Amino acid sequence: METNSARTGPSARLIVACAIPILIVLLALPRFIDVYQTQLFTYGLIYAIAALGFNLLLGYTGLLSFGHSAYFGLGAYSAAFLVKYFGIGSIEIYILVGLLLTGLVSAAFGYVCVRHTRIFFGILTLALSQVLWTLAYKFFWVTGGTDGLRVAFANLTLLGGLIEFKGRNAYQLFAQYYYYYVLFVFCVCTVLMWVIVHSPFGKALQAIRDNETRARFLGIPIRRYRWIAFLLSGSFTGLAGILWVPLNGLVTPDILYWPFSGEIVFMTVLGGFRTFTGPIIGAVVFNYLKVYAVASTAYWQFMLGAVLVVLVLALPTGIVGTFSRLFDRIRKRG
Amino acid sequence: MDILVIQILNSIFYACILFLIAAGLSLIYGVMRIVNLAHGSLYALGAYVSAWAIGTFAVGAPLWVLLLLLPLGAIAVAAVGALIEPALLRPLYRRPEEYQLLITFALLLILEDAMHFLFGGVPLTAGGVIDSMGTIRVMNLRYPVYNLVVIVIGVMAAVFLWAVIYRTRFGVILRATSQNMRMASALGLNVKWVYVQAFALGCFMAGLGGAVVVPAQAAVLGMGVEALILAFVVVVIGGLGSLEGALIGALIVSFVRTAGIQFFPEIELAVLYLIAALVLLIKPTGLFGRA
Amino acid sequence: MHLLETINLKKYFGDTRAVDSVSLTVAEREFVSLVGPNGAGKTSLINVISALLPSDSGKILFRGDDITHATIVERVKAGIARSFQIVNLFDDLTAFDNVTLTIFSRQGKTTNLVSLAHLDQAVSAEADTVLSNFNLANKRNERARDLSQGERKLLDVALAYALKPKLLFLDEPTSGVSTRDKGQIMDTVASVVRGEGITAVIVEHDMDVVFKYSDRIVVMQQGAILAQGTPDEIKNNDQVAMVLLGSSGPDAFTRKD
Repeated sequence: METNSARTGPSARLIVACAIPILIVLLALPRFIDVYQTQLFTYGLIYAIAALGFNLLLGYTGLLSFGHSAYFGLGAYSAAFLVKYFGIGSIEIYILVGLLLTGLVSAAFGYVCVRHTRIFFGILTLALSQVLWTLAYKFFWVTGGTDGLRVAFANLTLLGGLIEFKGRNAYQLFAQYYYYYVLFVFCVCTVLMWVIVHSPFGKALQAIRDNETRARFLGIPIRRYRWIAFLLSGSFTGLAGILWVPLNGLVTPDILYWPFSGEIVFMTVLGGFRTFTGPIIGAVVFNYLKVYAVASTAYWQFMLGAVLVVLVLALPTGIVGTFSRLFDRIRKRG
Repeated sequence: MDILVIQILNSIFYACILFLIAAGLSLIYGVMRIVNLAHGSLYALGAYVSAWAIGTFAVGAPLWVLLLLLPLGAIAVAAVGALIEPALLRPLYRRPEEYQLLITFALLLILEDAMHFLFGGVPLTAGGVIDSMGTIRVMNLRYPVYNLVVIVIGVMAAVFLWAVIYRTRFGVILRATSQNMRMASALGLNVKWVYVQAFALGCFMAGLGGAVVVPAQAAVLGMGVEALILAFVVVVIGGLGSLEGALIGALIVSFVRTAGIQFFPEIELAVLYLIAALVLLIKPTGLFGRA
Repeated sequence: MHLLETINLKKYFGDTRAVDSVSLTVAEREFVSLVGPNGAGKTSLINVISALLPSDSGKILFRGDDITHATIVERVKAGIARSFQIVNLFDDLTAFDNVTLTIFSRQGKTTNLVSLAHLDQAVSAEADTVLSNFNLANKRNERARDLSQGERKLLDVALAYALKPKLLFLDEPTSGVSTRDKGQIMDTVASVVRGEGITAVIVEHDMDVVFKYSDRIVVMQQGAILAQGTPDEIKNNDQVAMVLLGSSGPDAFTRKD
């Protein structure tokens, strides 16, 4: 029974046995790496939340969105607006308001987009995301245009004002505390998403992905389910955008521009979109890849493009997919 | 009144450029069912190559030399396309379309930086062409002759494409392949070769768009990424895979843009994207597309 | 009141009359077979009644309610389920998950996104019962795409059955299956259907199977109903024999005896 259940439902013991050591390492991490590396890893975790949300659509529902920059950017801008226009510094309020906003917009966009599938779905998500981009770009007196909006960490508070970053060492403190904050949100998101994809609803999404006609003949109203998946997906990605702003300190329309949607797709495929952990691994790896590519050459886009070509042609199941197949083969032999 | 005429001419000029890009995008989708995200970058490549050729070999050269060098961009892009199809796209036809989309995204990243590397970060122009062609009087204002030439090229390209697709043997093969690739292959058509030709032809159109625009607008980094989205709007309005659709879509987009810049500059682009989204909702196959 | 009644149901494809003024009634707990040559409109009729295809005209009544314009999902909720001639499964899910999903959907639990599917003991137990009813217990954790053709066919029927419908359409449940599996599939289906009082309408080419299990046989030709009756009546109907077997005459059915 124990070995059999791997496919239908992972055993709780195995998951806990894997998750606890990883969590310990993640908790201890800032003790062993410097501030810069801590922040770099924080970025990775934030992108992981975005990719996790994105993959609910791509991997589990079978819908390729080329417009997820919209929800990431919307989350980011909503936090920046709260700073600029209301002087609010509490990350919890950013999350509350930002999630409400991205939830509403992804519900509205999703309602429109799920009327189509395949390439038309992709183009529709792309077109709608670009509406937001041009608004952010053109209404510069509201959004700061290409200069963007600043969100200084010095005004940020965590846990409803309990933690502030003032005085000496503020920057180091911010990097550390913010890492733990993001790690906590990341863990909550991961558990939540894991439950969603293993719930009856999650199974229904996978059924829709595999065979939409038969899903209908089981009595599943597929458009409504796709819509809910879209809403959840957009909200996760929006949450990532909210967390990203204080870390980045600045939000510009670039985050809404469609190539950023392409980067979210890239991360997910890099890790492997047919696995649960793929988007997480992919996002963290992609973040390092991009940062080091940008640091080492002016032609970092070329490098990323070349990596993507190799990935698509040679490793279509991504990092996690490739490793788990290797692992399976070794286990069978052994 | 004079301004209005100029605006209309500008719109048609712009529509011609958009048509060249969108027709290539649509042709590639129609035959191969691939949405080429790198198509805008191929347009930019055409612009760069033409501007570079003219700037390098023909500074101060007579007009006929300039005009001879101008199509070089289109030819170069067609050649690049003929390499891309067998190398990158052919291995993916049996895979889910996500991978096809991703490989063209990878191509976009590569091309953008390749242009940066080859031509540098500074804008390249071929303004000499416009200057040496002079202007003509339109009502009480002066208008560059070159823009009128581009309009003629755009119309000729539309007629040429229409003739190729509906009046030649190659067109019959192209349409047969687009309707049923397996059947075409079973009938003994060399589908691989048809795909190379179709992709190269689509790239040629994009490159031509870039080549003819560069005397009027400088080639700059990022122009491809922007152009792609507009080309998308065009083909979505007109119908993916439809030549007539690309033509009408290009006219609609460029007239809406001209009006938009005049009357509602802040939401000019947003309006275009919303029109595209609306068309997709009401008639997903576009105004001229077939299911 | 009939369980199902169609009144002058029509579906044309251009000039082809796939379903031509079909008025068919099915009584509760009946086992009806639809037979006829290829292209007679059997599958089209099922497609129209199950809403896979819209009808051109006519009416469909289910338990007295007009369902002519109801969606697929509404008809499923009303109690109409079907299997498919060309197997239609969730290929990347396991056989077990294919069935549990069906049960969750029947119970209205697929809207639940905060509980773990595999922890629902009642559903797991029922899914295992369904799988063993259809002799698929040992394939429980195989992905549907890895099953053999016969197993896939069985799973397809099992999904329709797991919806616990009032009316079950089975479109050629034994096509493309070996003769040995054929008997097994039909025995399984028949015992399950009769045991639970489900009304079944089945499209089948194998006349041995048809005669063995049916209460009533409906013969279709060119989209219309040619004849209907008990297996004995149909056996003795010369016109039917002509249609089903060309010109080989009234002895055709009994040739094997």
